[in-house]
Amino acid sequence: MSAAGIYLRRRITNAGALIFGSLATALGLLFLVWILWVTISNGISSIHPNLFTKITAYADQGGLSNAIVGSLIMDLMALLICAPIGVMAGTYLAEYANSSRLGSSIRFLNDILLSAPSIVMGLFVYVIIVLPMSNMTHGNVSFSGFAGSVALALIGLPVIVRTTDEMLQLVPGTLREAALSLGVPQWKLTVQVLIRAASSGILTGILLALARLAGETAPLLFTAFGNNFMTLHPLDKMASLPVAIYQYTNDPSPAMHSIAWAGALLITLFVLALSLLTRLLFSRKKVSYE
Amino acid sequence: MQVTRAEQPLARDIDKRSLIDARHDRIFQWVLKFCALLVLATLLGAALSTLWGGHEVLFGHSLHFLASDAWNPVTDDYGALAPIFGTLVTSVIALVLAVPVSFGIAIFLTEIAPTWLRGPVSAAIELLAGIPSIIYGMWGLFVFVPFMANVEPALSNTLGQLPLIGQLFQGPPLGLGLLTAGIVLAVMILPFISSVMREVFQTVPTRLKESSYALGSTTWEVLWDIVLPYTRSAVIGGIFLGLGRALGETMAVTFVLGNSYNITSSLLMPGTSISSSIANEFNEAVGIHRSALIALGFLLFVVTFVVLLVARLMLRQLAKREGK
Repeated sequence: MSAAGIYLRRRITNAGALIFGSLATALGLLFLVWILWVTISNGISSIHPNLFTKITAYADQGGLSNAIVGSLIMDLMALLICAPIGVMAGTYLAEYANSSRLGSSIRFLNDILLSAPSIVMGLFVYVIIVLPMSNMTHGNVSFSGFAGSVALALIGLPVIVRTTDEMLQLVPGTLREAALSLGVPQWKLTVQVLIRAASSGILTGILLALARLAGETAPLLFTAFGNNFMTLHPLDKMASLPVAIYQYTNDPSPAMHSIAWAGALLITLFVLALSLLTRLLFSRKKVSYE
Repeated sequence: MQVTRAEQPLARDIDKRSLIDARHDRIFQWVLKFCALLVLATLLGAALSTLWGGHEVLFGHSLHFLASDAWNPVTDDYGALAPIFGTLVTSVIALVLAVPVSFGIAIFLTEIAPTWLRGPVSAAIELLAGIPSIIYGMWGLFVFVPFMANVEPALSNTLGQLPLIGQLFQGPPLGLGLLTAGIVLAVMILPFISSVMREVFQTVPTRLKESSYALGSTTWEVLWDIVLPYTRSAVIGGIFLGLGRALGETMAVTFVLGNSYNITSSLLMPGTSISSSIANEFNEAVGIHRSALIALGFLLFVVTFVVLLVARLMLRQLAKREGK
């Protein structure tokens, strides 16, 4: 083949690759817009004040209030469980076990936990909390909002561990040396200097965890179960927005579907707003470090 | 050895103070270590609890459970083959579709797009990862399934006529099925794979790329001959990360898979997967049935653990080389 021919073929291959890359990106964006558009357009037409005032027991009234309250309670309880544990575990990895074998294996396994299937976490909590509670109370307490929040906490935990670990490693070493040279014990250094210095990063991690666990359905199916009535008691079966959406979507009636879409819109807006917020927090943080 | 009287109490005070500090430090460290060990306990606990919950089936009739394609709650006869088949097939479809598209997106974001466009586009693609899986499920069921039902006859008439792979695309145009579930999964794992690829492509030393450009390479040749070989292990790691996600995904596939215990040669037929079997049946299951579902959960956990382990090891290889 002539030199010009080879050159032409190389240029065509290159152009093909560049066109392919642009098309692939367009395809990805197309799906994003498609999914968001469907959710927003179906959701907005189904938004009604009854969503926030009526409960799911009378489905024809189109209420989701008990599911919204249940979701808020369980998400909050899950954060209360996983945020302290996650921040402390992340601190251990970054400050005490940074180069030890235990530290690096925990870090490694935490990364695996980060993408472990959430439905297995639901099964795990079912076996260690729901079953024993049911046996102890002779079936009076089985599925509960508490079990649901533990399952959600397990989803959020690795996110918080990882961000805390990373954020603390960003804190300059001179800060540690300055504090230690004043004779400050290490726990004080950690609590009063390092965690404070990394606080906005750690907060980002906690919000990311919230965004992640708020949309989870699978781990709630057999831990919190669902409830058609309003309950605030953590040991009752508790409704949640994702599970209510799941049940309404499985229902054959189109009226149910429209309530499900409204719930879907609420949850999508919540999760996307959270991830935008974390992005803002994080970008501001990056600037302050440079 | 002689210590003067004036110094003695002072020294003792300091000793006492540092002893207290040391004790607090130890307690603090124990508490932190305990929390870190909870991460290990979670993984171990998830494996052991599902093993225990499924022991009746796993140990009672282990070979039968792993090798049978029966799933009959009436006769309590359970085999994991159909759900395993569905999980693997949908995940493979997802990878086959998502890997090239993710590669394309990574090319676009690192080589093609003007700098001002890169930030917003990669943020938008990552937004796909932020959408809750139940939303994918609803979109899949109400919008994508009817869409696929319209597309599938055309698929059967074109791809379905080809030799060898033709069989895969023949079947009733239900919309529901393995192919639809695979496509939905592909959209879900796309952002994970493409963000890993984009990140590792950016770690390639500029001098390597520019040397190649200086020799007259085209953008594609730099990508294919310089960037990909340099980042190979991490790219495979990213793909495995996506595979791990696809294997364990529940809500998105439950709605569009059709929930039928089939092992078919056609991708257009409905099927089931491990996670969707658990999600669909767990709350109605009792006794052996429930045990079989938990055993399925154990299998899923072990498989995803291994896949994710490989992914992380591959990703670490590049990070190690970077460190050197």
